[in-house]
Amino acid sequence: MLAVPAALFLAVFFAYPVGKLLALSFRDSGEFSLQNFRWLFENPAYMRVLARTFWVAAAVTAICVLLAYPYAYLMTLAGKYWRVVLLLCVLIPFWTSLMVRNFAWLVILGSNGPLDSITGWLGLGRPAFLGSATGVMIAMAQILLPFMVLPLYATLRGIDTSLLAAAASLGARPSIAFFRVYLPLSIPGVMAGSLLVFVLSLGFYLTPAIIGSPQNSLLSQLMVIQIDRLLAWGHAGALAFILMIITVALITLAALVGSQSTALKHTTDS
Amino acid sequence: MTWAMRRGPVARYLLPVLGAFIAGWMVAPTLTVIPLSFTARPSFVFPPNGWSTRWYANLIHDATWLEALKTSLIVAILAALTATVLGTMAALGMRRRFFGQRLLAIFLLAPMVVPVVIIAIGIYLVFLPWGFAGTLPGFVFAHSVLGLPFVLVTVTAGLRSLDPQLAPAAASLGASPLRAFFAVTLPLIAPSILIGAVFAFMASFDEVVVSIFLVTPTRRTLPVEIYTSVTRDIDPTVAAAATVITIFTSVLLTAGLVAHARRSFANV
Repeated sequence: MLAVPAALFLAVFFAYPVGKLLALSFRDSGEFSLQNFRWLFENPAYMRVLARTFWVAAAVTAICVLLAYPYAYLMTLAGKYWRVVLLLCVLIPFWTSLMVRNFAWLVILGSNGPLDSITGWLGLGRPAFLGSATGVMIAMAQILLPFMVLPLYATLRGIDTSLLAAAASLGARPSIAFFRVYLPLSIPGVMAGSLLVFVLSLGFYLTPAIIGSPQNSLLSQLMVIQIDRLLAWGHAGALAFILMIITVALITLAALVGSQSTALKHTTDS
Repeated sequence: MTWAMRRGPVARYLLPVLGAFIAGWMVAPTLTVIPLSFTARPSFVFPPNGWSTRWYANLIHDATWLEALKTSLIVAILAALTATVLGTMAALGMRRRFFGQRLLAIFLLAPMVVPVVIIAIGIYLVFLPWGFAGTLPGFVFAHSVLGLPFVLVTVTAGLRSLDPQLAPAAASLGASPLRAFFAVTLPLIAPSILIGAVFAFMASFDEVVVSIFLVTPTRRTLPVEIYTSVTRDIDPTVAAAATVITIFTSVLLTAGLVAHARRSFANV
């Protein structure tokens, strides 16, 4: 009974607004119609935005896996003191306001900014990070990395390293032991973190709006433009509908993967 | 020295270097803003080539920034209160298993998962006809939605670590359920409620996307003010405001975590 006020509150201020927006995607001048989806799917420019959103989300996820895996692995190897330091470095961004971090990236990626000087110094030239998809990916990956490191670390910490000693005693070289024993055991953590990062990337608005440019806008920017400039609720609804379907599908998948891996654990435990 | 690879060159040299690089990349944004707020020149050039505190003076004397800060604080406090009361009640109500409990839990946690742009545009869509756009209740209700799941998660975790025999014990000593709650349960879950409230406060204080749609020229929140300033012109006052926010939230979160840790140690 005590949960009723919260449920009612969310029904009025969350479910109804979101539901109404999604429902508007199937309406055109008050009647049922698929016009809004036709608008979206028949315009190559908007299809490019959709494709770009997926591509950026996939790239950000890949960057996060590549960086988070060695980092989380290092955390399992480190002594107590260094483990706390490494953990703090992951948590500090969590504590810093999202708006502040986006502003900071604007400064770091700006022309003649620190990153510009570093690439210039390394002889890589001075690519324009600001307004480019690369810049957006660098900033997004930094913002989302904690969501990859934390579940991954939880998984890696649980891996029984005596299995590797066992593999070594059976004559496996360290690299073989890693790829045949350690890596497969860590896949649930990689999957959990990847799904989380991918889903969060798809809905990102602030970073692409600040770091990116209108020429390479992402799905949520397109949604905001539909409302901000055009008040085209149906168009925004159609975009929201697609984003929502994908989000729900991936979250369900994540939940299934999660329950499966725990089920697997239970069967191997017994 | 648990296993062979730990002594290998990869583990010994490459991993720490990579780890240091990633750690630096993680903290870089936070560390950029603070020095930038003391720059002498009206530019975002980093590192700054001269130092001054004029942007802080700007921040204090500019009515727009102060008004925005005031609005943000009021909204965040009210939203945190609303989310904490509703979220704590929900966590208490969800302790016992009942039909549809899982489904209800998913519903109450949904605002964490649904992309914030969708929530923002949906809220704007219904707040316009309701006359809530740009009003204080409008901000508070919208932000409470985003903070409620955090309170539910932390308080549920706190309740789970509670000894289930405590309530029957209080009852056997003659305490009414309400008395048992206020004298036994509430003090024990207070740290979890506090942490939840801090998260809910942060969720509101840091919120940009929903607020962008709700702001009016006269009622703006601090993050939206930063957003508009950043997208409009180059004014290091933003860096000063960002530094103030960073220090403020760090102190708040550290205090919350320390209180929580002290409480957990006391319980052990």
